[in-house]
Amino acid sequence: MFKLIQLIENFGQKGLAFCERVGIAGIFLTRTALRRPRFLRFLPLLIEQLYFIGVLSLVIVVVSSLFIGMVLGLQGYNILQKFGTVAQLGQLVALSVVRELGPVITGLLFAGRAGSALTAEIGLMQATEQIASMEMMAVDPLWKIIAPRFWAGVISMPVLTAVFDAIAIFGGYLVGVEWLGIDAGQFWSNMQAAVDFRVDVINGLIKSVVFGCIVTWIAVYQGYYTVPTASGISRATTRTVVYSSLAILGLDFILTAFMVGGW
Amino acid sequence: MIARRFLEFAVGLFMILGVVALVVLAFKASSFSQYSQRNSYQVTAVFDHIGDLKIRAPVTIAGVRVGEVKKIMIDPVTFRAKVVMFLDKKQQNLPSDSSASILTAGLIGANYIEIAPGFADNLLKNDGLIEETHPAVILERLIGQLVYNLKGDKEKDENKKTK
Repeated sequence: MFKLIQLIENFGQKGLAFCERVGIAGIFLTRTALRRPRFLRFLPLLIEQLYFIGVLSLVIVVVSSLFIGMVLGLQGYNILQKFGTVAQLGQLVALSVVRELGPVITGLLFAGRAGSALTAEIGLMQATEQIASMEMMAVDPLWKIIAPRFWAGVISMPVLTAVFDAIAIFGGYLVGVEWLGIDAGQFWSNMQAAVDFRVDVINGLIKSVVFGCIVTWIAVYQGYYTVPTASGISRATTRTVVYSSLAILGLDFILTAFMVGGW
Repeated sequence: MIARRFLEFAVGLFMILGVVALVVLAFKASSFSQYSQRNSYQVTAVFDHIGDLKIRAPVTIAGVRVGEVKKIMIDPVTFRAKVVMFLDKKQQNLPSDSSASILTAGLIGANYIEIAPGFADNLLKNDGLIEETHPAVILERLIGQLVYNLKGDKEKDENKKTK
């Protein structure tokens, strides 16, 4: 009997702790995002983070998008061939990349490449008490450390997604037209007829902005509130990747359900 | 520490790359919805059956695209399908007795609306109604009719023989 009560108590405690964490994360986000912009002094910090978060993620995004586009081209060709509609390959590649694969896979790669690095970096700052000493010197760590990283993530994601989309379509073109011999004119004109810039491309980019917010939010939160030990940092890094991947896939479904009306 | 100038240069290049990718997507891989409230006028047509017609399906005259389907709904009184389409303002001199029919691109392609211009002197206005329409041809019904007719013919033949 006593054990049962303890079990229920534990359960309630976990629920309370979860609610508290969500609350802390929410306050953390609003304090980071909604601060008075001192743009000229903020810009150098932002550019540095854009380099580490955005530019350095470019290589993995470019390489994986090229291969994903090529695989889509190959798979699509083999399926469409059965129905004699190979000319629609451009449409298949472009729509699946622009609507779904672009934002989602860029988001997952971004979580693995940039999100985990952010958590580890901020977590180590926390463990070596750099953040505490900043506070001692009356420098706001949210302004100096967290905000530039957050905004850099939000800005980088749509840029990376746009690059991903373009290169994946190029990969599909390489396989479909250059290798398997679909007519290039049919490939592009069918694609243009099916893909609408506002409905498809812009909605994909909206998704990517949302994913950028979520991933960097989770990453900086996990880093900032890490247990300041070696194992704590490693657990926080793992949590960042797991939570952001789950958040991306779940949110993607919700966003798609909202956007599906426009098709 | 990486030099400041290199950092700024790399980030600038990164942003430009993003914009270039977006421009490529816009002009090479997708098309803007050409028909909006501004450059087109609205016409409604009521069909008995629209088949597989979708929103944003093309509207053509003599095979040339002049507009697209904007809205499809059901008329609550007559239970016929009401199709609202946007037509290019350049094609504003359509006679009011033009007819609209729903056709299929190829054997298994998507449905689209073909407008056949009429001969009346007064023109179709904004928010106008195309009165003469031809519904979509449903393959299943066509086959059903064919089978029915064939059966009918057979019975006639048998009747003749017995006579």
